[in-house]
Amino acid sequence: MVNSNEIIDDIANKEYEFGFSTDIEMDMAPPGLNEDIIRLISAKKNEPEWLLEWRLKGFAAFKKMQFPKWQHFEMPVIDLQSLCYYAAPRKKKQLNSLDEVDPELLATFAKLGIPLNEQKALSGVAVDAVFDSVSVATTFKGKLKEMGVIFCSFGEAVQEYPDLVKKYLGSVVPHSDNIFAALNAAVFSDGSFVYIPKGVRCPMELSTYFRINAQNTGQFERTLIIADDNSHVSYLEGCTAPMRDENQLHAAVVELVAMEHAEIKYSTVQNWYPGDKDGKGGIYNFVTKRGICKGNASKISWTQVETGSAITWKYPSVILQGDYSEGEFYSVAVVRNKQIADTGTKIHHIGKGTKSRIISKGISAGRGDNSYRGLVSVGPRADNARNFTQCDSLLIGNQCGSHTFPYIESRNKTAMIEHEATTSKIGEDQIFYLNQRGIDSEKAVALIVNGYVKEVLNQLPMEFAVEAQKLLSITLEGSVG
Amino acid sequence: MLTIKNLHAEVEGKKILKGINLEINKGEMHAIMGPNGSGKSSLASVLAGRDSYTVTEGEVWFNGKNLLEMAPEERAREGVFLAFQYPVEIPGVSNLNFLKTALNEIRAYKGLPALEAREFLKLTKEKQQLVDFHSNLMNRSLNEGFSGGEKKRNEIFQLAMLNPQLAILDETDSGLDIDALRIVSNGVNKLRDAEKAFVIITHYQRLLEYIIPDFVHVLYDGRIIRTGTKELALELEERGYDWLKEELHLKESV
Repeated sequence: MVNSNEIIDDIANKEYEFGFSTDIEMDMAPPGLNEDIIRLISAKKNEPEWLLEWRLKGFAAFKKMQFPKWQHFEMPVIDLQSLCYYAAPRKKKQLNSLDEVDPELLATFAKLGIPLNEQKALSGVAVDAVFDSVSVATTFKGKLKEMGVIFCSFGEAVQEYPDLVKKYLGSVVPHSDNIFAALNAAVFSDGSFVYIPKGVRCPMELSTYFRINAQNTGQFERTLIIADDNSHVSYLEGCTAPMRDENQLHAAVVELVAMEHAEIKYSTVQNWYPGDKDGKGGIYNFVTKRGICKGNASKISWTQVETGSAITWKYPSVILQGDYSEGEFYSVAVVRNKQIADTGTKIHHIGKGTKSRIISKGISAGRGDNSYRGLVSVGPRADNARNFTQCDSLLIGNQCGSHTFPYIESRNKTAMIEHEATTSKIGEDQIFYLNQRGIDSEKAVALIVNGYVKEVLNQLPMEFAVEAQKLLSITLEGSVG
Repeated sequence: MLTIKNLHAEVEGKKILKGINLEINKGEMHAIMGPNGSGKSSLASVLAGRDSYTVTEGEVWFNGKNLLEMAPEERAREGVFLAFQYPVEIPGVSNLNFLKTALNEIRAYKGLPALEAREFLKLTKEKQQLVDFHSNLMNRSLNEGFSGGEKKRNEIFQLAMLNPQLAILDETDSGLDIDALRIVSNGVNKLRDAEKAFVIITHYQRLLEYIIPDFVHVLYDGRIIRTGTKELALELEERGYDWLKEELHLKESV
C-alpha cells in the first residue's frame, strides 16, 4: 500500500516538463544596469527619442526606490548588476515572413506545443512568440489586419504605430509605479501590442508565448492592449523556461485600456520553471498588471492559472473609472515544493454602478506557501458599487502554508462589498473514500482539485481550459496528504 | 467468496481485532452485532484497507485472491464495497461525475470500455428509482450539505450503481428515522441476489426486522463469540449483551 508520505515524495521529485534549453547564437549585451545599457537597448531597437527619454525617466525613478518589505516572504537577494538586460537570437537578416524564422526557434516553440507555422497552428488563435528579449514571430498578422486589428511585437508597434504607443504607454502603469515597473520601463525589450478598433470583435484568440532561454538574463517585456469603443478581445499568455540552477528575474508590465462598452479578457497560464524540490533555481515572477475601464460600461477580466515560478508576486488590477464598468479576477495559484505565491488583485471602484467579482483559489502542497492579498476600494463617487470576493484555500499535506490578506476601503455608503473565504484540506478520509470506490489516489486528487478550480478554469478559452486542467494534474501528480 | 482466518489487527499500537474467523458465501446475508468498541467498524475498515489499521496476523481471501495484499482501490475494483458509517463530503466534485469516474475505473479494471454518457444516464435513472434516491441530489457536490439520512441513502445508491460482489454496510442504520430506515432496507433487499453477499454491521436489532439475515455473529473484544440465525438477534434485543459476556468469562475462567 502506498502511504501518503511516499506519494508526497513522489510529487517532490516530479520533473519539470519544459526544462530543456535551446542552443542558439545569441546577441547579448554585457551584464550590468546603467544608462549606457538603456541607450544600447534603445538604439538596438531603433527607438525614437521620446521613448529613450521615457526609459531614462524610469531608470531615474528606479534608482530612488527600495525593494518593498510588506510581502509575505523573504525578499531574495537579486544582483541586478550581474544580469544581462538584452538577449536576442542573432538574426542573419531582416525577416519578411514566418518562413525566414530560424528553424531552431520554430523547433523550440513546436516542442513547447506552440506551432508558429500558420497551417499547423491552432485554428482561431494568433500567436506572438517572445524568446528571451525579443518577439520572434507573430502568426495570422495579415488576417487580423484586414479587420483593422493590430497585433504585433512591441518593438514593431513603436516603429509602425508610434502615436498609439506614445499615447497609451505608461498611462495605466506609470514609469514610477513600483520598483519593478520602473526597472521594466528602463530596460524593457519587447512584448506584444494589440489595438482593436471601434466596433470590432476580434475574430480569434490572441496569444503571446514567453520563453526564457538564455542564462543570466532577466526578461522584461511589456504588453499593451487597447480596446476601442464597442470592441472585444480575448488574449492569452503562456510561459516556460529551461531548468537552471540560478534564479532568473521576470519583471513584466501589462497595461490594458478598455474604452466605452469595450471588453478585454486577459488569461494567463504561467508555468515558468519553479525550481527543484529544495527550492534551488526557478523564476522570480514579479509582474505588474493593471487595466483601466476608461469608458462607461466597459469590462476587464483577468484569469490566471499560476503553477510555475519559484516566487509569483503579482496583483492584476482593474481601475473601474467608467460608470457601470466591470472588473473580474479569477485565479488559481498552485505552490508545491518550496514555491511561493503572493498574489491577488486590486479593484478600484471610481465610477458609479461599478461591479467587481474576485474568485481566488489557492492550492498549497509540499512546503509551498500561498498568500492571497487583495484590495477592494470604493471611492466617494462610486454610488451603488458592488463587489463579491470569494477566496478559497486548499491544503495538501501538512507542511504547506496558506494566508489571506484582504483589504477593503469604502468611502461610499451605498457600496455593497461581500467577502467569503474558506480553507479546506484534502483529507486522507476523502482520498480513502474515493479509493474505496475504485479510484486511485492520483485520480482522486485530480478529481478533487478539478472540482475545486472548476469555476476559474471555466473562464479560460476552451482549448486552454483543457491544457490548464492537464497542467494542474501534472503539477499535483501524487500530492496526497 | 470471502474467507477470514485468524485475523488480528491493531490501530496506533492498540489491539482491536484478536482472531476473527468468518466464511461468507455468495448469496448470503450476514449480520455482525456487538456492543460499542467491540471491533465491528474496525473489521469493516480492515477489509476495505484503511491505512491506519495494521494487520498483525491472519489471512483474508476474496475469490481466491489475497485481499490484504491489495490497495484499497484494487479491493474496490475486485468487488468489495464499504457503505461508510460517516460518508465524507467532497465539495466541488459532483455526485454524478464521481460515480461516473468510479464506475469507469472499475470497468477498466475488468477490461470493459467506459460507459457512454447515454448508457450511464440510463443506468443512473434505473438505479435511482430502484433505491428511491432523489434526483436533485445527483448534481450536487458529493455529500456536501446532505442530511445524515441523505448521505446514507447515497451510499446505498452507490452500492446499486457499482454493483459489487460483497457489500459491507457499516452501521448504515445509525441516525436514520423510521422512514429512511425503511427506504434503505428496501434498497438493500432489492439489491440482494444469488451472486452477492452482504455484511450488515449494526448495533440494533431494528434493522434486522427489515433485512432478514441468514447468519448473525456477535463480536466482542475483537472476536466472534457467538454465531446464530436471526433468532439470536432477537435474543440480544431482549437480553442485551451481558449474558454473552458472562458466558464468555465463565468459559475463560474454567
